[in-house]
Amino acid sequence: MTRQPLFAVQDLRVAFARDGEYFEAVRGIGFHVDHGEVLGIVGESGSGKSVGVLAALGLQAKTARVRGSARFQGRELIGMPRHELRQLRGSRIAMIFQDPLSSLNPVMTVGAQIAETILLHNPAVSKKQAMDRAIALLELVAIPQPDRRVAQFPHEFSGGMRQRVMIAMAVANDPDLLIADEPTTALDVTVQAQIMDVLADLQKRLNLGLILITHDLGVLAGHADRVAVVYSGEVVEEAGVDDLFKRPSHPYTRGLIASIPNMLVEKERLFSIDGAPPPLGKLPGGCAFHPRCPQAQAICSETAPVLETFGDHGVACHFGRSA
Amino acid sequence: MARYILRRLIAMPFLVLGIVTLAFLLTTVTKGDPLTAIVSDRQMNDPEAVAAAKARWGLDRSLPERYLIYVGNLLSGDLGTSFITRRPVAQDVLFRLPATLELVIAAMLVGTTIGITLGVLAAYFHNTGIDHLARFFALFGSSIPVFWLGLALLYVFSVKWGILPGPGRIDPRADLPAMVTGFMTIDTLLAGKIRLFFDALWHLILPAFVLGWAVAGTISRLVRANMLEVLDREFILTARAKGAGEFRVVVRHALRNTLVPTLTVIGYSFAYLLTGAILTETVFSWPGMGSYAVDAARGLDMPAIIGVTIVGGVVFLLTNLITDIAYVIANPRVRLG
Ligand SMILES: Nc1ncnc2c1ncn2[C@@H]1O[C@H](COP(=O)(O)OP(=O)(O)OP(=O)(O)O)[C@@H](O)[C@H]1O
Ligand code: SF4
Ligand SMILES: [Mg+2]
Repeated sequence: MTRQPLFAVQDLRVAFARDGEYFEAVRGIGFHVDHGEVLGIVGESGSGKSVGVLAALGLQAKTARVRGSARFQGRELIGMPRHELRQLRGSRIAMIFQDPLSSLNPVMTVGAQIAETILLHNPAVSKKQAMDRAIALLELVAIPQPDRRVAQFPHEFSGGMRQRVMIAMAVANDPDLLIADEPTTALDVTVQAQIMDVLADLQKRLNLGLILITHDLGVLAGHADRVAVVYSGEVVEEAGVDDLFKRPSHPYTRGLIASIPNMLVEKERLFSIDGAPPPLGKLPGGCAFHPRCPQAQAICSETAPVLETFGDHGVACHFGRSA
Repeated sequence: MARYILRRLIAMPFLVLGIVTLAFLLTTVTKGDPLTAIVSDRQMNDPEAVAAAKARWGLDRSLPERYLIYVGNLLSGDLGTSFITRRPVAQDVLFRLPATLELVIAAMLVGTTIGITLGVLAAYFHNTGIDHLARFFALFGSSIPVFWLGLALLYVFSVKWGILPGPGRIDPRADLPAMVTGFMTIDTLLAGKIRLFFDALWHLILPAFVLGWAVAGTISRLVRANMLEVLDREFILTARAKGAGEFRVVVRHALRNTLVPTLTVIGYSFAYLLTGAILTETVFSWPGMGSYAVDAARGLDMPAIIGVTIVGGVVFLLTNLITDIAYVIANPRVRLG
C-alpha cells in the first residue's frame, strides 16, 4: 500500500442548481499535498478554485451539490458528519481568504477572534491563556506592539496587517494543512511580498502542508513546490513548479506564463489570453478551452482530452506531449 | 462619546419646551368648546355660572397669559387640574404612567424576543417553509387591528378556555400592595405577595402579546434583511472555517453584527407601542395613560389632554435619546470615530 498523502482530492465535483438543473462549477478536480509541501492552484477568476476547496471542507453554499472524494490524513471529508468536520476545521485544517477587509468580524476585537479559534478547540484553556496566546501569535506574524493591538478592532488595522491577523488566527492551533485562497490578491503590490514571506516562513517553521490558490502564476514561481492549473473546473496541467515553467504543456498554461506581469516588459505588450472562461452551464463541447486555444484542431471541439501523466507531469490536451 | 451624550442632554430641555408649546397650541385649535366639559347644559344658559366657571379654570384669560401661567406651573410639577377627575393631572399621570410603561416594556420584551427569533430563523432558512411562515406571522401581526386581535384573544383564552385572566391589571378582589414603583409586578414582589405577582404577570400576558406582536413583525422583517446581508459576508465563512458551530456562527457572529440597526428599530418602535397602547388599554381595561387619554379626549378635558401629550412626548424623547446612546455604544466604529 502506498503512503497516505496529507490531503488528497479526487474527482471532486461541485454543482449548483439553476432553474431546477444542476450545473457543475467544479468538474472532477484532483490534487494532493503533503506535510511541508506547497501546492499552488492557479486559474482565472471563476474557474472553480474557491468553490472546490470550500466544498472539500464542507463549507459550500447550501445550494451546492458535492460529489467525489477529499481525504485528509486518510479520513474522507465528503459526507463526514458535521461535528467531526468542525473539529478538523480551524484545528487541523485552517483557511485564509482573499479579502482581509471583510474576512474579520468587524465587531469583535482581533484578540477575541484569535482566542475564539483557540477556545473552540481547546476547552481546557482559559480565556486569559487564550488571550496570551493571541498576543504571542500576533508577534509571530510580526505585528508591532501585539499586547496593545490585541484589543483593537479590525478597522484599526491596514489591509496587510489584517491579513497577518488572519494568518495568526489560521495557525493558532498548529494545523497540519493551511489553505490560502488568494491571500494577497486584495493587497497592494508592496504588501503582497511581505505577506507571502510571512506565509512561506510559517509554512517552513510549522512544516505545514500549504495550498496556495492564486490567479497569478508569478506568485507561485518562488513559493510553490508543485502547481495544478485549473480551467473551467478541471485540472488541465499539474507538475513540479520548475518543470511547469520550463516545459508548460498545456496551451492555457503557456498563456498564463506569458501573461505574468514582468517589470522588464512594457505594459502595453503584456500578453493576455483572448476571450473569457465560459460561464457556468455554458460549457463548450470537446475541450473546454478550445474556443480560446491558439492550437485548437478539429478534434478539440469534438472530444474532451483527459489528464494524462508522464512521469510527474500531467496534462489534459490532445497535443499535450507534442506541443 | 461623553461629549455627544452631553450635547444631547443639553438639547433635552429645549425639546421639552417645544413639546409643551405644541401640546398647548394644539388644544386651542380643536373644535370642541371645553366649557361643555365643565358646565352642565342647564347652567350654560346662566351667564353668571359660565363666567364663574371661566374664571375658575382661567378660560377668561388671553392665550399668551394662559400659556405663561401653564409653563410657570409646570416648572413646579403642576400640570393643572383635570376637568373630569378634578384631581391634579400630575397625580393622575403618576398613577397611570407606570401602568402604561409596564405594559409597553412587557410588549417590547415579547415583540423583541419573537421578532429577533423569527427574523433570524427566516434569514437562516430563507426561501423555505420556515421563512414563509415567519413572513405570514409578521404580516398578520402588523396588519391586524390591535383592538380586534385583543378582543379575539380575550374571547378565546379568557372567556372560552379560561386559561388566561380577563381584562385589568390584577384580580379586582385582590388586596393591592402599596404603590412604590407603580409596576404591579414589582410592587407585588416588593410586598412579598408572590401569588399576586403571578396574578399580575398573568394579566400582563395577553395585552403584552397583542401589543408586542405588531412590533415583532417590523423587527423580524428588519432582522431578516440584515441577517441575510451579514450571513453572506466573508467573516461568516471565516467563523465556519474556524470550526464554530452554526448556533455560534448565527448568534455570536451574524446577529451581533445586526445589533446596531436592530437596536435602532427597537428604540423607535417604542413610539409605535405608546400609540398602540391607547387601543390595547381600552380593550383590556388597563388603567394606563392610553385609557386616560381616551377619556380626556372624549370629555374635552384640556388639562388632561395637554398633560398626556407632554408626558408622552417626553417619554418618546427619552427613548430616542437612549436608543441613540445605545447605538453609539454598540458600534465600535462610531465609538472611536
Ligand atoms: N453559491 C453559488 N451559486 C451558484 N454559482 C456559484 C456559487 N458560488 C460560485 N458559483 C460559481 O462557481 C464558479 C466558480 O467560482 P469560484 O468562486 O470557485 O471561482 P474562483 O476560481 O475562486 O475565482 P476567483 O479567482 O474570482 O476567486 C463561478 O462561475 C461562480 O459563478
Ligand atoms: S485539447 Fe485542443 S483546444 Fe484543448 S488545449 Fe489542447 S489544443 Fe487547445
Ligand atoms: Mg476564489
